Amino acid sequence: MLESLLVVLLIGAIAWVGSYMGLTILFGVILPYVAVCVFVIGLVRRMVYWAKSPVPFAIPTTGGQERSLDFIKHDKLDCPNTKWGVVVRMFLEVCCFRSLFRNTHAVSFEQDPVSKGPRLVYYSSKWLWFFSLLFHYCFFIVFLRHFRFFMEPVPCCISFIEAVDGFLQIGSPRFFLTGGLLLVAILFLLCRRIFDQRLRYISLINDYFPLFLLLGIVLSGLCLRYFDKAEIAQVKIFIMSLTHFSPVVSNLDLNAMFIVHLTLVCTLLIYFPFSKLVHMPGIFFSPTRNLPTNTREVRHINPWNPPKQFFTYPEYEDRYREAMAQAGLPLEKQPNQKPAE
Amino acid sequence: MLYNKSAVYIGIVILVILLTSPFWVGLFGHNYTSTGITTPKDQATCIENADFMRAQHMRLLNEWRDKALRDETRTYVATDGKKWEISLQNTCMRCHTNYKSFCEKCHLSNSVSPYCWTCHIIPTEGK
Ligand code: HEC
Ligand code: HEC
Ligand code: HEC
Repeated sequence: MLESLLVVLLIGAIAWVGSYMGLTILFGVILPYVAVCVFVIGLVRRMVYWAKSPVPFAIPTTGGQERSLDFIKHDKLDCPNTKWGVVVRMFLEVCCFRSLFRNTHAVSFEQDPVSKGPRLVYYSSKWLWFFSLLFHYCFFIVFLRHFRFFMEPVPCCISFIEAVDGFLQIGSPRFFLTGGLLLVAILFLLCRRIFDQRLRYISLINDYFPLFLLLGIVLSGLCLRYFDKAEIAQVKIFIMSLTHFSPVVSNLDLNAMFIVHLTLVCTLLIYFPFSKLVHMPGIFFSPTRNLPTNTREVRHINPWNPPKQFFTYPEYEDRYREAMAQAGLPLEKQPNQKPAE
Repeated sequence: MLYNKSAVYIGIVILVILLTSPFWVGLFGHNYTSTGITTPKDQATCIENADFMRAQHMRLLNEWRDKALRDETRTYVATDGKKWEISLQNTCMRCHTNYKSFCEKCHLSNSVSPYCWTCHIIPTEGK
């Protein structure tokens, strides 16, 4: 946990120092291009790798009653048996995190009046569902809001999102709700790992690192908006020059915090295809979610079964006809009878 | 060998287009190489230096608003010691007379829409 915090701080510090050493070309131009290439190629490579992996068994998650006899109620949402049903379930999973909604929290009682002894009780626990949903949606909106840096003129849908996001009209520049909520959600996800004993026991550096990295990105972003302000118009000129493949850095005055923010984002992009964060395209490739539960209707053939060597009965008889005739076994065709003259 | 070829190809194409969308929308739209604003010609400096104003003018205005309405102090002492009357319309807009080609120009292209003008009066050209 501490290591990953240190790594994130180190990356930030390197970018900070780099921006003062005039390495803006390195951190502001070369790194973003490299990061985007690694991100896109890495994800495509990962998807091709998944698409190449055979699925030996039908292993869809069954969250309800599979389709069976007519008088048994089929749970269409949680146990779809058609492609269309799978699409619906996948859509709801991606947009509402329905499987997290089923999350439970186990509590063990030493002395319980019901069982008159130790007892394990599973309580419904919606916190993880709530905060991950909050996190993903806020992150998505924050991401969309950044399109004001990529587009000229800015389309009205982006301005609309900003108007709704800042409807509280607190302060100037206006406080955007999603930025604050994103911070809250990440802090919850982090605290969950740190303070839940059981979760902490199974958490590894590759669980903490993305969280600290995202925390760093969010904090530096908030800082750029509300405290150590970047000159937004200059940043836009710079970003637009990058997306037009004619980067200008010389006459722009980019602040160090902006370079830190950009470097952390690039780190995220580079890290993304090699980490657990690839669940973004990954969910569509997981056989537990993309297969219909029609195991009683359709036989699933293991694609890596070797080609079968068939030896049919006529072939068998052809090979052993003489021996079988001698042993007096019944034959479909008798061995070369002498043609009657 | 790829399984579910067509679905995978469609997925990859959609993903790549989405991930590179900043480049596409950049290429299809206009470029943005300068703010294109006109600063007042008859004045030498703004209230604070230009770098500060560019980045922090909204915070300055917020500070002004609090000063005027909460602390009832209507003079602002700039870092160079000059005194300014705290007023959005009478100070800022006296020098930056052309709202359209200054404030609004920069705000529009950066998708900022200050709601101040639902109460304060937008100076019209020629004033
Ligand atoms: C160089 C470009 C530029 C010019 C010129 C400019 N602004 Fe801004 N202004 C901005 C940017 C960029 C923001 C948003 C800052 C952010 O999102 O962090 C902003 C934000 C604001 C806000 C806060 C809006 C909100 O609700 O978040 C106010 C108020 C404001 N400007 C007033 C003015 C006034 C008044 C003028 C003219 C005297 C002016 N600005 C000129 C770039 C400019
Ligand atoms: C609900 C209407 C309303 C809105 C919206 C509003 N103001 Fe005001 N503002 C007032 C009123 C009323 C005063 C008091 C005028 C006075 O006492 O001189 C005032 C005073 C001020 C003052 C100090 C005195 C002066 O004459 O300028 C500043 C600075 C100011 N507002 C800035 C802003 C900024 C910046 C925004 C946008 C982010 C804004 N206001 C939005 C109503 C509003
Ligand atoms: C005395 C006249 C004067 C007043 C009053 C004034 N400005 Fe300025 N402002 C200027 C001048 C002149 C410049 C150009 C400075 C330069 O380029 O060095 C400028 C520049 C700016 C810029 C930077 C534009 C850019 O990108 O180069 C902003 C933003 C700005 N002013 C906002 C404001 C706001 C907001 C107020 C009110 C709080 C205000 N100004 C009051 C004269 C004034």
